[in-house]
Amino acid sequence: MSPISRRGFVRAAGAAAGFAAMPAWAQGHSLHATKGGTPIRVGFDEVRGAVIDLAVGHGPRMVQGRKGHGVAVNGSVPGPLIRLREGQNVRLNVTNHLSEDTSIHWHGLLVPFHMDGVPGISFPGIAPGQTFAYEFPVRQSGTYWYHSHSGLQEQQGHYGPLVIDPAGAEPAEYDRDYILLLSEFTPLHPHRIMDRLRKGEGYFNYQQTAWADDYPLSAADRRMWAEMRMPATDIADVTGSTYTYLANGRGPKEGMEFAFNPGERIRLRVINGAAQTFFNLRIPGLPMTVIASDGQNVAPVEVDEFQIGTAETYDIIIQPTAEAYTIVAESMDRSGLAIATLASRPGARAAIPPPRKPPLLDMGDMGMNHGDGAHSMDGMKMRDTLLLPPDVTVGPGIDMVSMAPVDKLGDPGLGLRDVEHRVLNYRMLAALEPNADTREPSRLLELHLTGNMERYMWSFDGEMYSAVHDKPIRFAHDERVRVKLVNNTMMAHPIHLHGMFFTLVNGESPAHQPRKSVVIVQPGASAQFDLTADAPGDWAFHCHLLYHMHGGMMQTVTVMGP
Amino acid sequence: MRTLLPLLVLTAATPLAAQDPHAGHDMGEAAEQADPSPGPTMETPPPPEAGEGPPRAADAIWGAEAMTASREDLRKMHGDFPVFWFQGDRIETQIRNRADTYLWDIQGYYGGPTDRLWFKTEGEGEWGDAPEDAELQALYAKAIRPFWDIQAGVRHDIAGPDTTHAVIGIQGLAPYMFEVDAALFLSHRGDLTARIEAEIDQRITQRLILQPRVEANLSAQSIPLLGIGAGLDQIEVGGRLRYELRREFAPYIGIEQSWRTGAGADFARARGEGTSATSLIAGIRFWF
Repeated sequence: MSPISRRGFVRAAGAAAGFAAMPAWAQGHSLHATKGGTPIRVGFDEVRGAVIDLAVGHGPRMVQGRKGHGVAVNGSVPGPLIRLREGQNVRLNVTNHLSEDTSIHWHGLLVPFHMDGVPGISFPGIAPGQTFAYEFPVRQSGTYWYHSHSGLQEQQGHYGPLVIDPAGAEPAEYDRDYILLLSEFTPLHPHRIMDRLRKGEGYFNYQQTAWADDYPLSAADRRMWAEMRMPATDIADVTGSTYTYLANGRGPKEGMEFAFNPGERIRLRVINGAAQTFFNLRIPGLPMTVIASDGQNVAPVEVDEFQIGTAETYDIIIQPTAEAYTIVAESMDRSGLAIATLASRPGARAAIPPPRKPPLLDMGDMGMNHGDGAHSMDGMKMRDTLLLPPDVTVGPGIDMVSMAPVDKLGDPGLGLRDVEHRVLNYRMLAALEPNADTREPSRLLELHLTGNMERYMWSFDGEMYSAVHDKPIRFAHDERVRVKLVNNTMMAHPIHLHGMFFTLVNGESPAHQPRKSVVIVQPGASAQFDLTADAPGDWAFHCHLLYHMHGGMMQTVTVMGP
Repeated sequence: MRTLLPLLVLTAATPLAAQDPHAGHDMGEAAEQADPSPGPTMETPPPPEAGEGPPRAADAIWGAEAMTASREDLRKMHGDFPVFWFQGDRIETQIRNRADTYLWDIQGYYGGPTDRLWFKTEGEGEWGDAPEDAELQALYAKAIRPFWDIQAGVRHDIAGPDTTHAVIGIQGLAPYMFEVDAALFLSHRGDLTARIEAEIDQRITQRLILQPRVEANLSAQSIPLLGIGAGLDQIEVGGRLRYELRREFAPYIGIEQSWRTGAGADFARARGEGTSATSLIAGIRFWF
């Protein structure tokens, strides 16, 4: 990848134009049959301007010697960096060279709903051989990304970074501007992954409790987990047992490098473009100042590590002075990591820290009060459905009900609760530019995140998307609503709303509640956000873990027009 | 202190209201005293202005017809979609004193997470001979609890006297991770029998798994035609140690002890068969 310097971007050779016409790797062969064709390139070029041509195709992929078949935008994974400027209009011509429908969703962008790119909600999708023109004004700035919203193509490589420069001055000062897009590679077809998740609980988890493990669990703890039929090790559904974690498309041994001169200030735009992975990111020896999340500027806050949920973005400022630093993005279950190096000369390397022990779920992750201090199930009901409001549909799709869900916006996330350095949490974020709408919400909407791990069913309020596809969550125009998400599962869910930012009710004043498009709701906990429903149309609202969304945790949000 | 400088530069450029880079650190506690962002705490229904009906905004732009297929695809792919599962739970040879036998125990389903069509087949016999026992079940299963399905259908015995049964049963995961399959069978001759199977996976390592298993066959009446005794007719207890080369494919070895009891034992003796047997087992477990 080429660095993007602040005042003049280094253009990589052979950018968009050459690929857009009719790429050789995208000749429309069956996605599943032919393994030939031109290999998909690693890393990304840059495209910009008022008219941008993008081609979605497929081809063979190779990561650290592991072969697979991928879907790519303009022939590379990640797809090209789309660089826009706030205030411009853009037309993005997306041509589909696959033998199945495709789409591009502009993640975090404020666009008219019919340009949002979700087949079945915002538009019909892009048929094979078709070109679809997305057209919208660019109304914001910051770090975003784009990805397919068709099938499971995102897992196959159909994603890329999108950066919008502000119309005015950047609030932060920096000498270099880099993108670190985290994702995963797997040789498995994503349909196979979904199939295995539905059939074999714990299929990808090779860190389960066993006679020979060294987890700090007593015999009583183990009996309790077994009694509940829940694994304490269920941190990630899909793990390093099949994933190679990627930094800008490169595996940890493939030497992703960011150049710098000691003393320079670097803006690193971290994008979690993974399908199913949370990362815990740190740069040993180098503090990081978080200046933006989900594209929106926040008051700078210095930390040593942060968790980035699937589909979140964080912009950080770092000022490296030594010869080299390792950027370590550990998958949350610690079954693998993505690695990049900050290198003051080509090939410079810093030590890679040894992997930390896999974390375990605890009583708090079941929605029980830590204060109880009880490590037993005595007198506790794991599934007291009387605790659920009447609009939650109780059935086999709910295997757990949080007994006492508490707001955990101050939780740094699984695996980071007991580390000894400074870790980011949502309560440390404050919007830099004040929010326009600071009205007190006129109503509360409570949504329950529900699931059944054994059957791999995921839902809002107990009903999978297939059951509520015609029952949207409705908002009046410009209605100000507080939305409370209650997680009745033992997994963390990154919940994403299309089309509008919401602001986290994190203890800040309404003017400075941080704007986000994704919020992690911790296991067994709740989270609240305020929303101004000012974008009329139908929007997708879903868990951004790809296989949870396909498992049903999705609903349409309908915002009425004026 | 080396980290302070960039922070100062950054904060200098920020509006006054947001200058404290640690704003929010202590707000969790502060919030409890004076809520900085008050809001409603009870859920209320949306106002009438929120409208009603299905989401159809895209129809106004692209036309209802153009949206139909993608809308249907979206529904089909998010939540309730079918999968096909086929499991050879026990495909094995049993080494005994008198004669070695083969055994199969296969099951599978097609369907979504809560409604499935099941099939099950099991049988055994001496190597070189036709099966002594063999049966095939076709069942419809519906999830009734998070971990339990109720199953109903038919069973046909294809070895021995031709017998057809109506089946009702439950299958699922009991507390402490026991896989349980229990069913009642009512034959076309009016005989009522039952079978309960339970097994549990004990992980020794991530791939080496010990699976204790128990199966009991019961009958409401003696059935001389089939040699089944009233009460607990037969029980078997075994352990299988498998190594998962892949999750889907695991060879195993094991040992199993079976007993005929009560009237069942009398039938066995009358037929000149043993009333108990100890078997060494080797087999494979697979699924796809």
